Formats: sequence, structure tokens, C-alpha cells
Amino acid sequence: MKSLGILIGCAIAAWAASNDTFVIRNADVYPVTGAEMKGVSVLIQDGKIADIGPKIVAPKGMRVVDAKGLRVYPGMIDSGTELGLEEIASVRESVDTGELGEFMPQLRALVAVNPGSEHFGVVRVNGITSVMTFPSTGGHGGGGGGRFGGGEQQLISGQAALIHTDGWTWEDMAVERTAAMHLLFPAIAGRGGRGGGAIPDSVLELISGTAGASYTQARRTYEQQIAKLNDFFDQARQYQKERAAHAPGFKTNLKMEAMIPVLEGKVPMAVSAGRASAIHDAIAFADKQNVKIVFLQPRELGKVAAELKAKNIPVILGRVLALPQAEDDAYDQAFTLPAEAYKAGVKFAFGTFDNEFVRNLPFEAATAVAFGLPYDEALKAVTINPAQIWGVGNELGSVEKGKWADLVVTTGDLLEIQTGIKHLYIKGREVELTNKQTRLYEKYMAR
Amino acid sequence: MKKFLCAALLAAAPLCAQTYVIKNATVMTVSKGTFKGSILVKDGKIAEVGEKVMEPTGAKIIDASNQYVIPGIIDCHSHIAVDGSVNEGSVSVSSMVDIKDVINPEDIAIFRALAGGVTTANILHGSANAIGGQTLVLKMRWGKDAQGMIFEGAMPGIKFALGENPKRAGNPQGGRGATVVEARYPATRMGIEDTIRQAFNEAKAYKAEWDAYNAKVAGGEHLIPPRKDLKLEPLKEVLEGKRYIHAHCYRADEILMLIRVADDFGFKIRTFQHVLEGYKVAKEIAAHGAGASTFSDWFAFKVEAIDAIPYNAAIMQKYGVAVSMNSDDAELMRHLNTEAGKAMRYGGVSETEALAMVTINPARQLGIDNRVGSIEAGKDADLAIYDKYPLSDFAKVQKVLIDGNLYFDRDQDVTGRAARQAEKQKLLDKEKQIQQRQQPPRRPGA
Repeated sequence: MKSLGILIGCAIAAWAASNDTFVIRNADVYPVTGAEMKGVSVLIQDGKIADIGPKIVAPKGMRVVDAKGLRVYPGMIDSGTELGLEEIASVRESVDTGELGEFMPQLRALVAVNPGSEHFGVVRVNGITSVMTFPSTGGHGGGGGGRFGGGEQQLISGQAALIHTDGWTWEDMAVERTAAMHLLFPAIAGRGGRGGGAIPDSVLELISGTAGASYTQARRTYEQQIAKLNDFFDQARQYQKERAAHAPGFKTNLKMEAMIPVLEGKVPMAVSAGRASAIHDAIAFADKQNVKIVFLQPRELGKVAAELKAKNIPVILGRVLALPQAEDDAYDQAFTLPAEAYKAGVKFAFGTFDNEFVRNLPFEAATAVAFGLPYDEALKAVTINPAQIWGVGNELGSVEKGKWADLVVTTGDLLEIQTGIKHLYIKGREVELTNKQTRLYEKYMAR
Repeated sequence: MKKFLCAALLAAAPLCAQTYVIKNATVMTVSKGTFKGSILVKDGKIAEVGEKVMEPTGAKIIDASNQYVIPGIIDCHSHIAVDGSVNEGSVSVSSMVDIKDVINPEDIAIFRALAGGVTTANILHGSANAIGGQTLVLKMRWGKDAQGMIFEGAMPGIKFALGENPKRAGNPQGGRGATVVEARYPATRMGIEDTIRQAFNEAKAYKAEWDAYNAKVAGGEHLIPPRKDLKLEPLKEVLEGKRYIHAHCYRADEILMLIRVADDFGFKIRTFQHVLEGYKVAKEIAAHGAGASTFSDWFAFKVEAIDAIPYNAAIMQKYGVAVSMNSDDAELMRHLNTEAGKAMRYGGVSETEALAMVTINPARQLGIDNRVGSIEAGKDADLAIYDKYPLSDFAKVQKVLIDGNLYFDRDQDVTGRAARQAEKQKLLDKEKQIQQRQQPPRRPGA
């Protein structure tokens, strides 16, 4: 009996000491996957959500966080960043996206993530607990999309990782080491993922004379690139067969090895494609090669929305706060794209595609609401949808039993600028809401 | 008869502007509080503001129930509506060039800014030179010609630039092919200070020459005037307090440098632009009496933006600097209301102070606060109506008035889209038909 008492005593001591076991009390919980629960407790054990409900009693000695009048949301996920790989966009030495080489599936973004990057602290204070980080996003802002190195020529830029925004090492941070294989799909007159040019195909075709000839030339180049891409996949499939058959003289090829999870359908291709025509072509390509795809940064949906819906292909929408594609497009074209995707039944998540703007992820989602997207859908697009799209729907993205305790405790609506963030937890560990910027703030307020 | 009169007076459009009563709105005046009430707009001006206002017969009623009215947004730093490049990069002192000469009133960015609640913008030369070109304040009167867009009577300005951008031409990245790009002085922040000092040294002598001449002429002498120098003329105006300096800058050291140069020559900096490390020298900026026009949260895009913090606006404000939020970008320009909202999030400035950062503060910085920047009787009827609380991303602009004229109406824009699309399709189809017949389009007279 006495020994049992000591045992319990030890257990209590362990709770008190371990920083990923505690109770949040009196909170209004917004689970995202279900209705909000007012004035409930959330029990976090070993970094995971162990229970949620009104009648949870914290064992004696367990740390209690009182959240009266506060809300609990799941941490947000940005589905398009280069976090950890790019520090200062204009300084080549601080940028590790956009490697040389056309087909580089063996490259892993994860191993180049600098956990000491100032960007992580900056995005955390706004409630972003995990991000997809790409070897090159094809984004139009910052140093992304192969502004350096060989990025301009890339077709397959490497493996994107889903990472937490806190951790001692990149291994600590990894949620899904290879969450996607990044493909920059070719497009006529420029890459799809890089905006794809402002002139729609329907207009390009009409241009006669020298300009028309260059269109024909661009078309030919594009078709050559598609053929190259198909060749590469065919090679990979041949390699896969030889490997499985233990063919005589078989040699391990790292590029080809990296393609196997893609061919097996275990890792999706994240495809940068801007224009509807490029999306249509990329869908045909994925069908032909029988691989899973997710689109990055479509700038228009139009007719392909139905195709995306029919084939159950999700998309990662880029910045909502973006200019329209063409001069005569509606001024709110980018603002209304999420609502358009929703109405068409396309599954989507948001990405900011520029490290400088990751912290504005919730505000981008709110803008979509102003322009017609139902509020709940906006919230899903920064939480549960990306978790599901990147294959970790059972681990992240909502406040539910059994999931990682990636939680944000706020004074109000998560997507509202005015809302303050009081606590942030990643895998149940409280993360300080400070960074270089808050330290400079305090220093100079006291000057 | 009245119609005829209106047509005759078309040039003086505000005289014929529709009389509006904006009713049942939450009116955020910026200068005189926020309340539920109405605004009477007459002859292009705000005639009356209050819980109840007079409703003249014939006035058009805008029911703004559950909506918010704020003063039209003013962007103190923009490069829209400029035809071609915004930089004259050949010389380090390019004060002779003028944005007024290159205004493009058909730039679609004007309409898009308008749709984001912007009614006035300061259009600046680029930042390639230590002393850049002359700047101009425009109203977003979409549809008018270049002359019609100019903010009448606004003080002219000039762009200065410090730091990485103006020294870039001094550090060329090598030439194209066989061409060697020659370095252009300056290549360092030291050289930038020297360039500005040299220019004002010249301008001071030039001014003395003219002052002496004017004094003698006033004394009855008949003399040949000194030769006019188009480079030094704007700098002379700066020394005389007749032209504002808007100085692009990032780092604290360069901000302080320019203040000291200005002190030595006896001129004032009207605004520091971007001024991302302004928070480090906020006391000095306040003591000089300069305004600060900054980004809410841009950072990390270049080395000199490495210490940029989103609390910059709040800190500078605390030390007594008049702060505005600018865009420098045709996209960001469309949601400066939420940039203001970020000043509340980062550093906790009040709602009115935040709103002031995109209305009355930039108006003061541009010297047009007697005309615009707040909702007060007698001021220009430049107003933006939002469907929700405007310091939030959940809000969008419904209507924008400039000089009492309705320049943007979201409902009208949305309903007109199908017709515009049909018109475009018709033109495309026609072009396609011509091509299919393989007949090149006939040129007139051919």
C-alpha cells in the first residue's frame, strides 16, 4: 500500500515535470471537425489530446491552464512555403531552394531545413504550427521558384516535407518526411507555377505574324517537355520492374529510387500549374502515369473545376490577396477563387508561397470569406483539409482525441487580425510566443 | 436648361455632382469619433455629418444599414499610373525628372486601388538614385485624363532614396556579354551622404544667386536673371520649404544621417518612406518633425529589411511620430484598411489611431489634410463604404466616392461582368472568323 502511494507520488511528480501533459480548463473548443464546445476541458497526455469534455477532472498535481473566456483551435497549417530553406530572399547564400538539374526527385527539402531560422518564431506567434516546405515552390514572390541556381530549368524539384514550426533539429520537426514530390508542370509561354504569363491561350492562338510563329515554337517546346516528362516516368517504371524482379546487373539509382513511392501511389505529386489549360494537361498526364496529384497555386479554375471534382484531386490555393491574372479580369478574381473552388466541390487548402507572408495565412483565409467562401470552409482550409491532403488527417488538423496537441489558445476568432494569441502548443509542448521581432519591440519601447 | 448648364460645366464636375445622403451607417470620422448616423454629400463636399442630417429633395439616398463609412484611404507611397519605368537610373541626382510627365490614366491599377477604398495616392519616382525625381499626388478619378487626376493644389514632392537601392548601381553585377557595366557613384552609404550634400551645396549657391538677383530686382535694378538649372530648381524649392522630401530608407543609421544633413542645410524631411528601422530612431524622427510611412509587416526580403518588425508603426507612434501605412505595391494598395488593422494587432494602437494611419496621417504627410483624410463638414466627399468592420479582412468595399461622385460600386461592377465578358467574346470570335477565312485584317486605306 505504501509502495503504491509512492508510485502514485512518482506519477504525479512525472506529470508535474513533463511539459507535454496538462489540462486546459474552461475553454471554448473549436475542433473544426465538429461543433464548438463551450466551457470544456482538454486533457493533453504525452503530447496528444487524451480527452475533451465538460467533466474532466485534472489528477492532483497535474498542471492546469485556465482558459476562461478563451478559445482553443487546432494549429494552422500552411501548405506552400520554403520555411527553413530561405532566410533572406535576395541573398543567395541564405537561399537553399532551386537546385540545379531538371529531374531531381532524390532531393529532400527536410534535410536543408534550418531549425534556427528566424521565420519559424515569426509564424508561430500567429498560430501556424506546421507547414509544407518545398525544395522550390514556383512561387512568384521572394526568392522562390528557382530565382537562384538551376530552378528555372527544373521539372521535378524534389521532395517536400510537412514539418512542425518548432523543434531542436529537422528530425524533431518532421511530421511527414516526404509529403509530396514537387513537379513544376511545363506550360506554354512560361511555367504554369510561375504565373504562366498573363495572356490566355485563347488569345495567344489568335496572334498572327512573328508573334504567332513564336507561339508555335513555344507550343513545340512545351510538347517536347511533356514527352521528356513521360520518358522519365517510363524509365522509373522500368526501374521499378527490374528492381522487383531482381534483374541481373541491377544497379541502385537514387533518382529512380525516389520515384518509387510516387509510382506506388504512396506519395502524391504536388504539381505547380497556374492556368486552367496547364491543369487540364497535368490531369491527363497524371491519368496516363497513374499517379496521385495535388495542384499548387492554380490561378484560375473555370472549366477544370469539374474535372478536379470528378477525379477527387485537391488543390492548394495560393495567396488570396493577389492581383488578377489579366488586365480585364475582375478585380476580385483572386479573392473569389476559393469560393469558386468550394462551389465546384473541389477540396482545397491554403498556401502563402512566400516565406514573408506565411504569418498572414489566417488573414488570407478571412479575405476569401469576405468574397463568398463560407467561414467554416476557410477554417478547414488552414487546418483539417491540409492535414488530410498531406496524408496526416489522423494526426493533425483538428482538436480530437488521439491527435497531436497542436493547439492555439486565442482571445477570439482565429482568422481575425484583432485576435490575440495567448498560448501555443506543438505536440503538447508550450511554445513561447516570442521571437526576434518581439524582443526588438521590447528593447526599443524601453529606449 | 439645367441639363445644358451641367453639360457646359462638365469640366467643373463637382458643381454638378449628385447630392447624396448616406444613411444609417456607422460613421468612422477619424477626427471626431465614431457614431451611427448619416452624411450629406453636396457639390462634391461633405455638407453635413451627424446622427441626423438634412435630406434635400432630389438627394439620392444610399442606405448603409449595417455598413461602415470611413474617409477615402490615402496611400503615401505608390508607383501605379506611371507609364513605363519608374526609375531614371543614369544619374545619382535626377531631380530634373517629373512623374507628372508620365502619368497613365488608363492603368488598370487605378481602378483596382479604387475598388480597395483608395481615393488618393502619392505617386513617386523609384529608389535607384540618392535624389530621385519629382512626385505627384493623384486622386483615383478613374476615367478622367491625366490632368483630371491630379490632386489640385497639393504640395509637390521629391523622392530621395538611401541604402541598398541607390548604391546598387555602384556595385554592378558584371555586364551582359562583352559589355562591361560601369559603376555609378555612389557605391556605399557614405557615398550617398556625400551625393546629397554635394547636391545641396550646389543648390544653396544657386539659391543665393537667385536671392541676390531677386533682391536687386526688388530694389529697382534691371538685370539679366541667372541661368535656370532644372536639376537645382526643385532642390532650391526644398530649401525654401516649397517642396516636400519623401525619403526611401530602411536602416536607422541612414535615417539619422539624412536628418543631420537636413539640419546642416536647414531643410526638413517631410516623410521617411518604408523606414523599417524607424523604431530605433523614433525619438530623432519625432524631434525633426518628419512623418513616417511604413509597411505593416514586410520583412526578410533583403538584408536591410532584416530587423523589420511589425511593431514599427506602434513604436514610432508612441514616440510622437505621425505614422502612415503605405503599399508601394499595386496589390497591397487594395487592402490598406487591414494593414491599419495590423497596427492594432502588433503593438496595440487604438482603432482610431490605426484608421488614422491610412487616412488623416498620410493626408498630413502630404499636406492635404485641409481637404481630405477625415469625415468633416467642408472636406472633399472622398468616402469608402465597407460592408463590415473595416479594420478586418472579413470586410470588403461596397462603394467609393471621390469629390462626391460615385466612382466605384461593387454591385454595379459585379452585375456588369456578364455583359463585358460577352463583348470580349464577341471580339475574340470575330477575330477568329477573320483568321479562319485566312484573310489578314484589312488596313484602312489598303
